Amino acid sequence: MRIGLLADLHANREAVEACFQALREAACDRYVFLGDLVGYGADPAWVVDFVRAQVDAGAIAVLGNHDDAAVAATAGGAMNARAEAAIAWTSTQLDAGQHAFLQALPLSVSEEDRLYVHANAWAPAAWGYVGNALAAARSMAATPARLTFCGHVHEPALYHALDASAHRFAPKPGVSIPLPQTRRWLAIPGSCGQPRDHDPAAACAWFDCRSRALTFLRVPYDHERAAAKIRAAGLPEAFASRLASGT
Amino acid sequence: MPIDLRPGLDIGGYTLVEPLHAGGMATLWRVSHPQQAFPLLAKLPNIGYGEGVSRIVSFEVERMLMPSLSGPHVPRFVASGETGDQPWLVMERVSGETLQPLLEQTPLAAERVAALGAAAALALDDLHRQHVVHLDIKPGNLLLHVDAQGHERIVLLDFGLSHHAHLPDLLGEQFSEPMGTAPYMAPEQVLGVRNDPRSDQFALGATLYYLATGETPFGAPTSDGGLRRRLYQPPRPPRELQPSMPRWLQEIILRCLEVDPDDRYPTAAQLAFDLQHPEQVVLGERAERIRDDGMLGSAKRWLRGFRLDAEELRARQARDELRPPLIVVAVDLKQGDPALDTALLDVTHRLVETAPNARLACLTVLRVARIGMDTNIDVEGRNRHVKRLIALRHWARPLGLTEQRITFHVLESADIAEAIIDYARNNAIDHIVMGARGITGMRRLLGSVSARVVAEANCTTTVVRAARHEAAADAMDTAGRKEE
Repeated sequence: MRIGLLADLHANREAVEACFQALREAACDRYVFLGDLVGYGADPAWVVDFVRAQVDAGAIAVLGNHDDAAVAATAGGAMNARAEAAIAWTSTQLDAGQHAFLQALPLSVSEEDRLYVHANAWAPAAWGYVGNALAAARSMAATPARLTFCGHVHEPALYHALDASAHRFAPKPGVSIPLPQTRRWLAIPGSCGQPRDHDPAAACAWFDCRSRALTFLRVPYDHERAAAKIRAAGLPEAFASRLASGT
Repeated sequence: MPIDLRPGLDIGGYTLVEPLHAGGMATLWRVSHPQQAFPLLAKLPNIGYGEGVSRIVSFEVERMLMPSLSGPHVPRFVASGETGDQPWLVMERVSGETLQPLLEQTPLAAERVAALGAAAALALDDLHRQHVVHLDIKPGNLLLHVDAQGHERIVLLDFGLSHHAHLPDLLGEQFSEPMGTAPYMAPEQVLGVRNDPRSDQFALGATLYYLATGETPFGAPTSDGGLRRRLYQPPRPPRELQPSMPRWLQEIILRCLEVDPDDRYPTAAQLAFDLQHPEQVVLGERAERIRDDGMLGSAKRWLRGFRLDAEELRARQARDELRPPLIVVAVDLKQGDPALDTALLDVTHRLVETAPNARLACLTVLRVARIGMDTNIDVEGRNRHVKRLIALRHWARPLGLTEQRITFHVLESADIAEAIIDYARNNAIDHIVMGARGITGMRRLLGSVSARVVAEANCTTTVVRAARHEAAADAMDTAGRKEE
């Protein structure tokens, strides 16, 4: 089995389509969506429908903080004003069925020795970031799973731990990295719909269950089209312009 | 509980046949599998009670790295897994002996040391091109394999301490103390730097020193202080121990053993090149050293060693990802087009200038009869050879390269394209530059030399054309078509 991993899609249809095609070409036969399907981007309804169709076909999806905020009565308190405005707009773009789908998403899913969660394993609903080795160690200690796949942080990263301390590794796209079972691993594929590491290419990853190797990918896509749609929808200009600079 | 290893035991579909070697770190077994035709070997680390965590991590590293390696200089990876608590790794069993037994026969002749050194350097260059630094080069990890055609090559063994630039460095992150084998370890490795391919060159230099003199250049220190001594104390010049050693070999070995990696060869390919062309080695101060270089030399070395800073070295290496190329320019001295000559010089000049550590080998091929090699090569043959060499040097003069950066070679062959292709392969050349008209000027009879080199050489090839005016170009094209 080869699992395609997409995180932080953020209503960016062009990025999702490009990543999905790249993962299909890498012979993925299973997909996991690591949360934040919506927010920031101009195509929340299309992305939710796409993920729902995949879930109906056997994929796994978990809830992100933007998804939660879009369907909750009150927006999440931790968001900035611009993100909140986008959430309010997003909410109006989704029909009842799409709302219901997001509402029903689980916070985390465990499968064999793998954990899928949007933010972290120690308190998934509090949305704390795994932004450094210390947080990664805390998350890995909070789950019996050998492998954790998460998002929330938009930069791709791979953490590993043999004992109580964890170490960070900056993956190079396209390199197959075997993940020995002797230690724990926490992988962040990077954001599909809103990359922030100064590379506008959409991020995703795939994991081969037989060889236990993880490959990070960067997929160029038509970010100008995605940005134009954000502008046309009247969303904040910064959400559009950051797609070109990858910030 | 470690499982009891015995013949007939099944590990992941592989059957243990017989133990081959029981070392301190791991046990090696010959294994068999119904679907694998080539000989197999399993490595099973000793994981019993009281074994250190470094052994576990080291085996993790080997399991992570080996699947990414390929080519003739590493054993083929087959499979890895765990049976109970016992991890294992199955790979191709390459026939041959390591260089370890040769230590009984030291000192070896200089020519043999150079041949083994060149084979090992080519193997290292292949590994370094795959982004891996071995970090435990020593006689016991260099396997001499003789293939069916009788060609020798070195196969590198044991990647338990290795570093892959694109994979997490499990060892470097887990441990702060230096890891390696004391007599061979590079000074920067002693400081904890793990990402510099030139560390392998130092260890190979220590190996060649041992093979050529019967002694290791830095003894076999067991303390941290003893290990660090190589940062400031130079090795005894090998010619002091072995006066019959030629100067060129001392020059090469001492260059490998320089304390600052920047003073060694830029790549293992350049080291292999010098070992394969002793007559072209530029003899400097290193070649002449006969005893300890006294207080002053010691002080200089001490200062260099003292200034080596692990952080800076690591950063330097990460910055210089571009490999300094070995470039060949194949020159047809018989072709009569000055415009093509100028164009070839121009392109060569630009290529060499892009990397300060690039080296250029100027090559020309002297056609000889295919059968019945000239028996009277003595006088006449030597004259032709020398004339070509002089002409080649003259051709390259406008490049203005220092003698350390340029060498000249007159090859003799019946098949010009094949001579160039073989030369590039045997010397790990990165880039061939040649003129478009073909080196023979007999294209009609022999086909295009450049087309064959482009198709068959295992490196980048640039084919240069002369700049022409439109009218002249048209005329040439017409002529070309007629010829075809």
